[in-house]
Amino acid sequence: MGLFSRLVSKVRGTSTASTLDWVEIETELLASDLGPNLVTELLDAAKKMRGDDAEVSIKEILRSKLSSQSRELALTQSPCVVLVVGVNGTGKTTSVAKLAKFLTSSQKKVLLGAADTFRAAAVEQLQTWGDRLGIETISGKESAEPASVAFDSVQRAVAVQSDYLLIDTAGRLHNKNDLMAELGKVKRVVEKVKPVSEVLLVIDATTGQNGLSQAKIFSEAVVVTGIILTKLDGSARGGVALAIENALDIPIKFIGTGEGSDDFAAFDAESYLDGLLA
Amino acid sequence: MFDSLSSKFASAFSGLRSRGKISEKDIDAAILEIRQALLEADVALEVVEDFTRKIDAQSKELLHTLQAGTNQSQAIFDVVNRELTEILGGGARRIRFAKKAPTVIMLAGLQGAGKTTLAAKLAKFYKDQGETPILVASDLQRPNAVNQLQVVGQSVGVPVFAPEPGNGVGNPVSVAKDGIAFAQSKLHSMVIVDTAGRLGVDAELMQEAIAIRDAVSPDEILFVVDAMIGQDAIRTAQAFLNGVGFDGVVLTKLDGDARGGAALSITAITGRPIMFASTGEKITDFDIFYPERMASRILGMGDVATLAEQAKKAFDGDSAKKLEDKFIAGEDFTLDDFLEQLEAMSKMGSMGKLLGMLPGAGQMKKQIENFDESEITRTKAIVQSMTPLERRDLKVLNGSRRARIATGSGRKVSDVNALVDKFTAAQKMMKQVRNGGTIPGAPPGMGGMPPAMKKSAPPQKKKSKSGNPAKRALENG
Ligand SMILES: Nc1nc2c(ncn2[C@@H]2O[C@H](COP(=O)(O)OP(=O)(O)OP(=O)(O)O)[C@@H](O)[C@H]2O)c(=O)[nH]1
Ligand SMILES: [Mg+2]
Repeated sequence: MGLFSRLVSKVRGTSTASTLDWVEIETELLASDLGPNLVTELLDAAKKMRGDDAEVSIKEILRSKLSSQSRELALTQSPCVVLVVGVNGTGKTTSVAKLAKFLTSSQKKVLLGAADTFRAAAVEQLQTWGDRLGIETISGKESAEPASVAFDSVQRAVAVQSDYLLIDTAGRLHNKNDLMAELGKVKRVVEKVKPVSEVLLVIDATTGQNGLSQAKIFSEAVVVTGIILTKLDGSARGGVALAIENALDIPIKFIGTGEGSDDFAAFDAESYLDGLLA
Repeated sequence: MFDSLSSKFASAFSGLRSRGKISEKDIDAAILEIRQALLEADVALEVVEDFTRKIDAQSKELLHTLQAGTNQSQAIFDVVNRELTEILGGGARRIRFAKKAPTVIMLAGLQGAGKTTLAAKLAKFYKDQGETPILVASDLQRPNAVNQLQVVGQSVGVPVFAPEPGNGVGNPVSVAKDGIAFAQSKLHSMVIVDTAGRLGVDAELMQEAIAIRDAVSPDEILFVVDAMIGQDAIRTAQAFLNGVGFDGVVLTKLDGDARGGAALSITAITGRPIMFASTGEKITDFDIFYPERMASRILGMGDVATLAEQAKKAFDGDSAKKLEDKFIAGEDFTLDDFLEQLEAMSKMGSMGKLLGMLPGAGQMKKQIENFDESEITRTKAIVQSMTPLERRDLKVLNGSRRARIATGSGRKVSDVNALVDKFTAAQKMMKQVRNGGTIPGAPPGMGGMPPAMKKSAPPQKKKSKSGNPAKRALENG
């Protein structure tokens, strides 16, 4: 039984749930990775409500925490440059491939830039995806500077008149200043040719409260405009993304639900909220 | 990791410390803070409740038995430390070697946890201990995972068994099986099997992991988990335990700032110890996991043991001895000596990480995070652009020499000047010390320290002999 039905059956008709029920509800909310602060706020509000209202109230509060920013991908100019960033292993490269597929299926012309010149076989990984999808992938010479690959990619995107250029970057932990500076440089170098219209931060749904710190610091370095929340096909519910929307007003734009290039969708608030309370 | 957790603990206990005599109510308050800190650190609620219940009971019991006047808060602090260590594994366990070689280690975990990099780190770790490991590429799923393993395997000089190209082609079970046969025929003493990432809820892929396990009969199955994982840690760990099963845990990406409460959750729930810790992208950023050290680190007592060990590894006995002899003999500390020190420091790994291990490091988090690693590289470049004569005798450095050095190292003349000035000052200070003066907190290695570090030197509890953290660790360790 989902949290909601459990919650409802417990508090319906009564003025308050018993202490034990509230502990159970707290456990469930915490298990979604919403974080203790948000959970405390939700519980306080819900406890003031009567019966059925608690149900509506929790979901309402959660909904009110979502960002009001647009969840559409900006297409400000052509080519629209999208930088995909995040900590190691969250699913950046796979998401670049998925997003490319998503865009090409609505007749957009897409180009990929392989700016992860650091991790072993990362360029080949993106190249493999590009080949599978029939999309041109720009890469540099062995151990090239990421910024120079990004620069070459954007020049190529201009030349072939792509609608979108998706740039994959190396995974980096946000507390490494030198690596964050390198990312800033990638962005600056790209912007010598074209402005970057989207910086998408890839957050793994299994991530705990550290996701907040990731979003905050990546934003400071490159102004994150949206989130791709990956691995929602697992048992994790990805509540930290809501905490990020709430704290930093960065909207979730896409979700990843598997390893295939079709396991990808535009963010849908209702199903996400339902998932959090499942 | 655990930085904020340690500062929370610190504040919970500074409340207690300042009060002298503690009441039950004080303990309740401290426990509330600990509870919140653990939840923020992603520890699962049931583990938190269990932990705080134990602390509560033990602390209150102590209150009655402790003599008035003894240090009650210290006693409670010890309780927390002990419990934390116990949950984190009690004692570090080592890999079980097979009676008949090869020892087979199988890696399992979620997608993106860091298995492939870890496979190479493990291989290097055991190669350095005299084993002859081989890596087996059984991740045939993720695009170019096989390539990646080949590249990292080569970089540590360990052969990789990779008969299938991957990218969805090949059978991971037969690759694993053939890998063992191959290792036996080539007399490898150890086999490390990399597998594809899989979700706990994916029954089909879990079945595949079980088939790999049954094909290779591993001596150890290691569950590899990202230190940034949240509450899902317990569900996933349980799913892997019930599925393929595992004997030990490896925590990765510990060089991040995640508080890593999942470590507590997983060991508490599964009873499997954390055996290794992976702390960076470099192959050598890897070590055995020490529960006591981690507990100390949580409690803000610093990870001095690890630091000392790394220092010993980096400063080979000879060069440290040479430096000491020189010092005693009254010879000048030259830029060559300085260069040697800088090199040893880079060998020890990232400066930020080293500083993070020092006691009280929680308070200087900001400075540590802003430590500019490339400063050391830049300083090294300047020294390396000098001739042997210049390194020995700074006085010969006239304008044109300085300009040449600046060009050679890609720095500005003002950078060269600054280094020379700092170094001359340091030399002078060393002389004073030798003649019985005192060091006002300036290490010989100060040339490599960026301004941010110097302005706000860490508040040190104990007077240490050397201001150079690496040297100090040597002296103490
Ligand atoms: N189940 C599931 N797996 C995913 C999803 N997205 C990515 N993955 C897997 O996660 C693993 C890591 O994905 P990558 O795309 O290589 O991640 P990355 O962020 O580019 O990794 P680095 O470049 O090494 O930092 C791969 O095994 C992917 O197949 C998802 O939505 N669901
Ligand atoms: Mg990648």
